[in-house]
Amino acid sequence: MYVSVTGGERAIAAAHRQLGQARRGDPAIPELSIAQIKAQMTLAVDRVMQEGSLHDPDLAALAIKQARGDLVEAIFLLRAYRTTLPRFGTSEVVKTAAMRVTRRISAIFKDVPGGQVLGQTFDYTHRLLDFSLMDEAEGQGQEEEASRRAAEAVPHPMPGIAAVLDGESLLEAPGDADAGDGAAVADLTRRPLEFPAGRDLRLQALARGDEGFLLALGYSTQRGYGNNHPFVGEIRQGSVAISLVPEELGFPIEIGEIELSECEMVNQFAGAPGKPPQFTRGYGLAFGENERKAMSMALVDRALRARDLGEPVDGPAQDEEFVLYHADNVEAQGFVQHLKLPHYVDFQSELDLVRSIRARFADSDHDGEGEQA
Amino acid sequence: MNPAASLALAPGFADPESDGQALFRAVLEAMSHPGRILRPGCDLSPPRPFPSLAGAVALTLCDAETPLWLDPRFAAAAGWLRFHCGAPIVEAAEQAIFAFLDGAALPEGMDAFPAGSALAPEDGVTLVIAVEALGQGQDFILSGPGIVGEVLLSVSGLSPRFWRQRRQQEGLFPMGRDAILVAPDGLVGLPRTTRCREG
Amino acid sequence: MTSATPLAGYSYAYLDAQTKRMIRRAILKAVAVPGYQVPFGSREMPLPYGWGTGGIQLTAALIGRDDTLKVIDQGADDTTNAVSIRAFFQRTAGVKTTTRTEEASLIQTRHRIPETPLQPGQILVYQVPIPEPLRWLEPRESETRRMHAWAEYGPMHVKLYEDIARHGEIAVSYAYPVMVEGRYLMSPSPIPKFDNPKLHRSPALQLFGAGREKRIYAIPPYSDVRSLDFQDHPFRIEPHGHACALCGSTDSFLNEVVMDDTGKRMHVCSDTDYCTTRRDHLEQGEAAE
Repeated sequence: MYVSVTGGERAIAAAHRQLGQARRGDPAIPELSIAQIKAQMTLAVDRVMQEGSLHDPDLAALAIKQARGDLVEAIFLLRAYRTTLPRFGTSEVVKTAAMRVTRRISAIFKDVPGGQVLGQTFDYTHRLLDFSLMDEAEGQGQEEEASRRAAEAVPHPMPGIAAVLDGESLLEAPGDADAGDGAAVADLTRRPLEFPAGRDLRLQALARGDEGFLLALGYSTQRGYGNNHPFVGEIRQGSVAISLVPEELGFPIEIGEIELSECEMVNQFAGAPGKPPQFTRGYGLAFGENERKAMSMALVDRALRARDLGEPVDGPAQDEEFVLYHADNVEAQGFVQHLKLPHYVDFQSELDLVRSIRARFADSDHDGEGEQA
Repeated sequence: MNPAASLALAPGFADPESDGQALFRAVLEAMSHPGRILRPGCDLSPPRPFPSLAGAVALTLCDAETPLWLDPRFAAAAGWLRFHCGAPIVEAAEQAIFAFLDGAALPEGMDAFPAGSALAPEDGVTLVIAVEALGQGQDFILSGPGIVGEVLLSVSGLSPRFWRQRRQQEGLFPMGRDAILVAPDGLVGLPRTTRCREG
Repeated sequence: MTSATPLAGYSYAYLDAQTKRMIRRAILKAVAVPGYQVPFGSREMPLPYGWGTGGIQLTAALIGRDDTLKVIDQGADDTTNAVSIRAFFQRTAGVKTTTRTEEASLIQTRHRIPETPLQPGQILVYQVPIPEPLRWLEPRESETRRMHAWAEYGPMHVKLYEDIARHGEIAVSYAYPVMVEGRYLMSPSPIPKFDNPKLHRSPALQLFGAGREKRIYAIPPYSDVRSLDFQDHPFRIEPHGHACALCGSTDSFLNEVVMDDTGKRMHVCSDTDYCTTRRDHLEQGEAAE
């Protein structure tokens, strides 16, 4: 006699036990430590903080460990944790102009005040697997000392490149890029997106958006799907201070420092009636050394300004609803993976429907003149 | 605010999570069954003459994201509301998401309270109106979603201006203003969908 | 299942007070504008978007120590996700749970309405993947908002009529669109059209939560809910002509179960509580004889 399948609870408990074992792996192999992940998988930690929308390297490292290295899963863990945190204030606007720079480059001028500082980057490495890394080696002391000295030689504060173009009014002012009238910055995590979305909401959505998705969209603009002729005006990486004005004090206090990567793209010039043409901007900002993300974000930011700048909207990267609704990988992975949930009731309804239509089709075939050859 | 005054501030919910949840369920039941009088327990004592149940509604639903308009008669409760809810108290009726009114003496410019828009009907205000009593006084026949056929509601201490505005706003649906009537011992929900006529 | 102490270090039912207030306000406005999708600041939950976060946020904002919670998926209490969600509320709210529809004050459901008629005072919380009934006709939210604002529902009627022209019937078997109180076009969530009649004039309050899409909507008790149709093609449910192999029911929604690899099938109630209750009564009836 048929007995319907039960025991869903037991199945889930068993699955969780198995997962726990798989996460730890072979007990003879040393367990990953949070310290190791933070120190030696920094870029993974940076990405998880960025898309998790929470700056906490320890928690991001924990999420990566718990998620067995699946960064999208780790991002989800961090986002869910973020939901539980109380909000006690908003920081002052971060002054990237005052950044303690460890890397700063520009593609639009050969030499710039403050110089081109390569810092630490994969850019000019030859992508050859380094088999010496297969073993854990000791003693990098001499190189560390050299790079420390190099860091101390970087000018501070580092002058911005935009100022060079600003002098001739060739670049739109930052304020011009916003429709804003001094109104409060909207908060994407408090109210859902509405269209048309202001630039503040767009940038927030892009900041926490999936790097792969934005990379592909940015790439598409370079290949003609809404090209806006981008140049890297400036990329800078380094540490900035975070300040807050507590209500009881009425003046700002510094509460810490974080590492940021900032990208200013200089794009196709636009003009308006009565206004001579100027270069336009795209902006990207990311935690840590997440430079590729900051660049992708800047490309898509500029693409999404098409409507505001009176440009034709014909590439997917310029389609505000398409981009902003599908950028969040926490939402995307949830909905894609939800297809694994039981859908047998709806499938049953579809079975019944298609059988009914086929039956009707078969009937009319008998009645009809049968000319479909 | 001077420390001595804050020491004298009446307390909020004894158990905010539990009390807030219970009051919310009462308001939800009231809105789901317009005309039904709900009598949730409430031992709040906000500064008089601000009614106890109005205080409970404020603590349950208002916070820093809900500008509220306060009838001048209830000005004594402003400090209590600011402290316990963190809700900004606004002068302009147009900005109100909640409005706490005195049913016997409704303000002149009732139409200034937002009724939302066709694109965003949810922006319509919630009027929390203190009345003298529910279950006695003037009779009204109510019908609409949440009501089987018709139901009788008696209210005393509510200005006819309220019912006039209700009838005028019927044609505006989905725009409209929703109301919660609070008496010393009970509350009633009147969402904008409820049609009212004198009984 | 009895209550337990809720999870330490977290708010009751997980959500913080500010989030609960925001959801509660959205629920009240949804009840005031039946069938209209109220935007709300949906939060990330410990379960993924698409797995019931909207329903979970609704339940978390509603639930209290006096409630008795039932959670079903595909009509069954024991499907894995229903188990997972029920466990979530047991951990975070310590609430009483049940599999009996009659005993529940709050029922969270995915893709079915219970067969057992609901009572006044009960609240049914639906998990909704895509709240917008016009979404398959019009992908842009900016456009569908407008259509609802001005009740411009022509394209939906055209689509249904085209189905009739092509297939001889409306080719929608689940998430069959309805009109609420004659004003708002609404998706009832992916319930089979078999369940649509239960929406109309239900004594229960029906709340719909879409977490990923960030919308809440509601049908107040006893509201008018009509499935879209045409005068010459009225909405109808074809009798399936089968009986449940376990309890004999002929008027509940049945699932086909594939028995072996020759394709042999049997049919079983999707609503496990309904089926179990019927079987219990049948057994008692037999025992009494």
